[in-house]
Amino acid sequence: MSTQQEQPQEPESQEAPEDPEMRGTESPQQERLKEKEQGLAQEEAVDESDVEGETVHLKVFRYDPEVEGKQEPRFDDFYVPFEKGMTVLDAVMYARDEFDSSLTFRHSCRQAVCGSDAFFVNGRQQLGCKTQISDLKQPVRIEPLPHQEVVKDLVVDMDHFYDQMHAVEPYFQQEELPDGDLEEQRQSRENREKVKMSTRCIWCAACMSSCNIAAGDNEYLGPAAINKAYRFAMDEREDEEIKEHRLRIVEQEHGVWRCQTQFSCTEVCPKDIPLTEHIQELKREAVKKNLKFW
Amino acid sequence: MSQSYNRGLIEDFGRWKEFSAGMWAWIFHKFTGWMLIGYLFTHIAVLSTAIGAAAGDPAAIQQETDVYTTTIQGLESLFIIRVLEVGLLAVAVFHILNGLRLLMVDLGVGLSAQDKSFYASLVLTGIITIASVPTFMDGVAI
Repeated sequence: MSTQQEQPQEPESQEAPEDPEMRGTESPQQERLKEKEQGLAQEEAVDESDVEGETVHLKVFRYDPEVEGKQEPRFDDFYVPFEKGMTVLDAVMYARDEFDSSLTFRHSCRQAVCGSDAFFVNGRQQLGCKTQISDLKQPVRIEPLPHQEVVKDLVVDMDHFYDQMHAVEPYFQQEELPDGDLEEQRQSRENREKVKMSTRCIWCAACMSSCNIAAGDNEYLGPAAINKAYRFAMDEREDEEIKEHRLRIVEQEHGVWRCQTQFSCTEVCPKDIPLTEHIQELKREAVKKNLKFW
Repeated sequence: MSQSYNRGLIEDFGRWKEFSAGMWAWIFHKFTGWMLIGYLFTHIAVLSTAIGAAAGDPAAIQQETDVYTTTIQGLESLFIIRVLEVGLLAVAVFHILNGLRLLMVDLGVGLSAQDKSFYASLVLTGIITIASVPTFMDGVAI
């Protein structure tokens, strides 16, 4: 309930700091940048007196179609005080709260569950909230996910990704229910173990963005959608006909056969889902279904 | 949200330093595959001289002066051809070894060790190629 109540407020609070900026183009922001740079020397002087005076140098991709100075994408530098255990998301949140309130990015749970904050950090698709600053080389270069249209700053258009996810019918489709009112649709432990990893997907689109086949072929379902299909196709509670229907969807031209086993998706997946393994298994299932020698 | 920005292909060859093992394996496999196809057509041109040799005088074959033998010998006498042959062996060996790796991947065997198997195929290719250099460089006596 609380999130629902907050929802109408959110756009306001997001737009409120933007409005003065849009009227005065980018000058307030540049003023602030200058202030920041001037203040930086002071800040550093203050910081150096502290025990931990370390700062993190962020280079953040900026784009805003509504602000003149940001219509051509550019990189902004932010110097954020380092704290132990700081993640990339913490750093950009600090930059937004303290330096530039127009810095836009998605985030929600901050614990790698919601899948909102997948960024392209130092040339690799990673979840901002799951990536430690101390593991990264400075300056930390933060860009929106590649191969997706940028809406603003670090926000990309996820529509196509969601379309591909929905294309595999990612929901349980068993029509026949067990007899008896209180009967449950039971799954064996082994079967649960088989689909366990594939159920972990948080729809962050890091895999889709890392896949260079998906970059070249817009119709390719992509690793996440195929993983979703795997999750249901391998579920023993669904009938054989439904499994066949699912295999028909994924074995099309732009389905599993587009995968060239580069393992990019498996490497970037923040939930460690063995995506390539699942795609390969669906390929074998598709072959088994179509090849009959008897 | 009136507009959005298409950044185009970002992970292009300009970022080659960030490529992972699986990506390199894919690039090398494609590259060696095209090289082998190219070789297929050029070696048809050389082999087709055998037809001329067979149609000609059988005595020429005995004396090794027929068109096929002289073509092969002429090519082998060129230093660049022998260097290219070493290259061809390297390309073919890598394509075979990585092909075996891909076969394992397709069968779902050892997917977690896919990067190690790529490095192994690279190292094996290197060893076999270096071992073949003496054979190619001075083994052809005319």
